[in-house]
Amino acid sequence: MGVAKYTKDEKDRITDVTLQSGIHVKACYGPEDLEHVGFSYEKDLAEPGQYPFTRGIHAEGFRSRAWTTRQYTGFGTPEESNERFKLMISHGQTGLNVAFDLPTQMGYDSDDPMAEGEVGRVGMAIDSLRDFEIAFKDINLEKIGSGLTINAVASIMLAMYQAVAEKFGFDPKKISATPQNDILKEMIGRGSWIFPVEPAVNLIGDTIEYSINAMPRTNPVSICGYHIRESGATPAQEISYAILIANAYIDNVLKRGYDVDDFVGRFSFNLNVFGNIWEQVAKFRAARKLWARNLKEKYGVKKDSNMYLRGLFGGGGYGLTKAQPENNIMRGAYYALSAALAGAQTIALCSYDEAYTIPTPHSAIISLRTLQLLMDEIGLRDTVDPLAGSYFIETITKEMETKIEEEMAKIEKVGGIVQAVGTGYVQRLVSQQAYEYEKGLQSGELKKVGLNIHTEGEPMDVELHEYTGESAEKQMESLKQLRRERNDREVLRTLKELEEATRAGKNVMPYLVECCKAYATVGEMTRVFRDVFGEFQEPGLF
Amino acid sequence: MDTRPIKILVAKPGLDGHDRGAKVVAHALKEAGMEVIYTGLHKTVDQIIRIAIQEDVDVIGLSIMSGAHIPITEKLVKKAREEGIDDKMIVVGGVIPNRDIPKLKELGAKGVFPGGTPFSEIAGFINENAKKS
Repeated sequence: MGVAKYTKDEKDRITDVTLQSGIHVKACYGPEDLEHVGFSYEKDLAEPGQYPFTRGIHAEGFRSRAWTTRQYTGFGTPEESNERFKLMISHGQTGLNVAFDLPTQMGYDSDDPMAEGEVGRVGMAIDSLRDFEIAFKDINLEKIGSGLTINAVASIMLAMYQAVAEKFGFDPKKISATPQNDILKEMIGRGSWIFPVEPAVNLIGDTIEYSINAMPRTNPVSICGYHIRESGATPAQEISYAILIANAYIDNVLKRGYDVDDFVGRFSFNLNVFGNIWEQVAKFRAARKLWARNLKEKYGVKKDSNMYLRGLFGGGGYGLTKAQPENNIMRGAYYALSAALAGAQTIALCSYDEAYTIPTPHSAIISLRTLQLLMDEIGLRDTVDPLAGSYFIETITKEMETKIEEEMAKIEKVGGIVQAVGTGYVQRLVSQQAYEYEKGLQSGELKKVGLNIHTEGEPMDVELHEYTGESAEKQMESLKQLRRERNDREVLRTLKELEEATRAGKNVMPYLVECCKAYATVGEMTRVFRDVFGEFQEPGLF
Repeated sequence: MDTRPIKILVAKPGLDGHDRGAKVVAHALKEAGMEVIYTGLHKTVDQIIRIAIQEDVDVIGLSIMSGAHIPITEKLVKKAREEGIDDKMIVVGGVIPNRDIPKLKELGAKGVFPGGTPFSEIAGFINENAKKS
């Protein structure tokens, strides 16, 4: 499949278009096309806010509520991140999307030798509850929801988020955290996995089960087609793997004796936006429909609102180029436009300098302004699902649905997604696709302004976020101080209880909350899991 | 003349898990006729050196996306010297700002290939500069 294919004749007229997911696009669409794909208004479209939610989950779309703006933010020490969070909120951002550094994501403390050179680099460094107390200082956690971009140790961060909320006097039942908490996608792309598949999925089950009563407004899992697509998957593969992964988490919680309607309404998705605008819109509309149908038909979900595909539609790191970086501002705007035309609940954009490093305040605010401008200046809130009924959009939405189902069938055929991730089958499909895409880009088959057309010689660096290492030193110093000041006996006691609970196969969440409150570190809690679970052995390499 | 293919270790040092680039380049170098070994994720510099020795590769290629390319390259070059394998060519790829390229070369990276470098350029460079041991 590789890239979208455009065939032209000798006069440069386009004679055929095939989108990345394999859908052919014709020069013109009419009622006969809808008939050809078997389109039915009631079954395929229905009213907005009605099953199967193709037109969005709210009857009035963005009229009743604009999308949440949630730029990915966090770097250096908790102090520095807190400052940046407050800056973004003061500029009108309506939710947080917290970036953690790699040691935190991989369950290492800042003073661990494995953390060397990485502390505070790509996100903020968190070692203990004390750091969360600094990071979320003066932020109203009952008003501002927080996405926590962490997966392998998401259970620990969610426990810590509850602990910090309680410490600040907020009611855990009213706070809204969205830990990413999708380990299967980490194994397919992005790579921040620690534990083997089975215990890793079980930890996710623990967070979902625990949230039902303890944090009912929290979205305990955010299934990320986003990173799967960043790793090379086509839009159809992105959605198909995301739905199958979500089903794996549902199955884990069902085994514990819950009714699917108890918990599935809090699932959320993180999906990617870059590339062909029509393909993106069709993808999101088809995804909403397929997710709802999957829940209703496969799992017998009863309540309509539990069938909503809610999510962050984010654009779209892999679409950006290092060449002519300012062009990425325009790319971001078009990606956000695609997301808004498709009825996103939350949008975040990669900033124009992210092909180089994490964003500066300047570039992050430009992304936020892009989202605000679309919201308030050009009429995207006027009416719900404005592309509905277009012969073209409805036809390719149906075709996209079929493509997604075909990709799902491929995975089911080899034993399902858990199996396919364990053996590396999915990873190979994705990396093969990535290679084909790259070849398409390098041959010029996929046109990219500044990269293979309209180029301008040597690319110039823009003003970049600086990493100096000073933050790392400060963080290690404050960790040292924490280790001196905390009650060691309490730390040991809570860690021991965590270990016993883990070995006994109990839900670890209440034990993690106690560890956090005793100021046990992320590294210490993760160590318990590493000892009990072991580590994931990466399969079939490329 | 030695006709065996160039043997290259594509390595992912450190905690960064973004391996699209590493895998894509591994595919491309394989297609260009090289023997490619991929370390998998989360390898320490020591582990990479050990694999390079065991597999007796001609080239070590580091793929780094987190921004830690300078400290990691520095450490790897030092370790390679200590282990007496500094005859192996070291190349670096990933998310690398242009301003860091001279520094990486000074540290001992023979070639630096920021994201988006054409496969033909990477393979061509390695073919021309790798010394088979």
